[in-house]
Amino acid sequence: MDLNKDLVAASSTSLVLAILAQEESYGYAILKRVRELSAGRMEWTDGMLYPVLHRLERLGYIEAQWGVSECGRRRKYYAITARGRTQLVEERKQWQAVDETLRGVWSALSLPPPVGPLVSQGT
Amino acid sequence: MSAPDNAVRIEQQIDQWRSYLRRRQAIASVDVEELEDHLREQISALGSAGLGDDEAFLIAVKRIGNLDKLSREFAREHSERLWKQLVATSDSSGERSVRGRREAVVAFGLAILAALAIKLPELFGLQLNADAGFYARNLGLFVLPFLAGYFVWKRGAQPSTLLWLAAAFVAAALFANVYPLATGGTQEALTAIHLPIALWLVVGVAYAGVRWSEVGGRMDFVRFSGEHFIYYVLIALGGGVLTGFMVALFTSIGIDPEPFFERWMLPCGAVGAVLIGAWLVEAKQSVIENMAPVLTRLFTPLFVLVLLAFLATMAWTGRGLDIQRELLIAFDLLLVVVVGLLLYSISARDPQQPAGAFDVLQVVLVIAALLVDAVALWAIAARISEFGFTPNRVAALGENLILLVNLAGSAVLYVSFLRGHGTFTALERWQTSYLPVYAAWAAVVVIAFPLLFGYG
Repeated sequence: MDLNKDLVAASSTSLVLAILAQEESYGYAILKRVRELSAGRMEWTDGMLYPVLHRLERLGYIEAQWGVSECGRRRKYYAITARGRTQLVEERKQWQAVDETLRGVWSALSLPPPVGPLVSQGT
Repeated sequence: MSAPDNAVRIEQQIDQWRSYLRRRQAIASVDVEELEDHLREQISALGSAGLGDDEAFLIAVKRIGNLDKLSREFAREHSERLWKQLVATSDSSGERSVRGRREAVVAFGLAILAALAIKLPELFGLQLNADAGFYARNLGLFVLPFLAGYFVWKRGAQPSTLLWLAAAFVAAALFANVYPLATGGTQEALTAIHLPIALWLVVGVAYAGVRWSEVGGRMDFVRFSGEHFIYYVLIALGGGVLTGFMVALFTSIGIDPEPFFERWMLPCGAVGAVLIGAWLVEAKQSVIENMAPVLTRLFTPLFVLVLLAFLATMAWTGRGLDIQRELLIAFDLLLVVVVGLLLYSISARDPQQPAGAFDVLQVVLVIAALLVDAVALWAIAARISEFGFTPNRVAALGENLILLVNLAGSAVLYVSFLRGHGTFTALERWQTSYLPVYAAWAAVVVIAFPLLFGYG
């Protein structure tokens, strides 16, 4: 199952901020992490991550710095800022509100829950 | 295939991908670097998963995504890049911005020096209005040495070049003032027009430095000249608006700003703007698309139309040229424009590109200009003895011949390029080798004409 593009786009800010809140990272590693976390169901076109990163940087949620990778290439690393953490809390509240609302609707409909494990991490 | 071979091929493919990405205006070079790091990481990850290099490259490129879409996303995030920033110092890399600031300080400093230089003669009792002849003859000397100095500062120069530059300016100062030229006379006007032309070449030597002997170095100077002219005109227009407001404001409180404008603002601004314009061209060199070639593209077809229509009308109606004294100068100017159109389209053209429709248009333009000029020369030759050989007419005739030879040579080289016999580089070399000829003739007019025709 591939997620709807609009949903992917809408969740991108929260996801990137949450990943960077764990530790500073760079484009390729962030994408890898997204793939792991979503068990491959959230497919981003790789290049599209970068405009997102640049937007978050412009908004002051993250900071970029050029460093050197383990194999000696120049690499741009991103780290979350204090403003970014505040924003992350806000995003989390909003997603929780969406989540709770949807849960209420699902239970009211009393549909059978989706089949299969939700997270297939570590396989 | 051996492993090193493979690595080389992957590098070539990455190079190609990178240059393809760089062509997109919205994606800055630092972003290209970031994306390239991503691509390489992806390739090595796929490689360690067991894919061959070629395959890994293809998949990695595909995962980066459609470049058009990506470029649109970048453009949405960085719309300012489509409108490149005005001031070059806004570059993110710190070192370059320090250099940019220092350059701005030097350029403004030299502009102030040039402004002081043009006010300096007043200390010796010379007046801009009363001694207009002196100022006209020396106009280039007030500003061009500073411009040359700017390039010497920026690019450095060998001691021999420095000596040569200094000698050229001293000689110019000498010949501009040594002859007792009549005030308001023909020769004074000729010197005032031709000395800056000769000195502009001296500026070119300072601009190109050691690259003056190369086609590329001279072509860069040609590009610089075109852009500089455009910037100068724009600055002048802005200055005109500023002046208009200044006059209106001060007049409204009963103060006449005209003496200030005439004595300070106009002369100081006019010479200072030469340096500021040069600085802007240098700073924005690679940042913004060059304007001169764009205008060339626009006006070449229009000039072709006008010239062809003129020739056709003349042939159809059988009308001869109405010979007037200024006719020669008018045709000189026409040839200057055509040479300029040719030069700037050459300067913007990739020499490796095969001949196209625009090249044919250029040839038509050159040949039409040659025909029109030939008609004019024919008409004038018949009456030149009647008019007499005044210095004005000899200067104009000399210029006409110089431009005519240039265009004829260009036509021959261009046609042989179109027919696949010659290279475009030959045409470039012809144009750049020709640059000193203009300066040489201008120097002859300044140096030899007073001796030949008197000081009148």
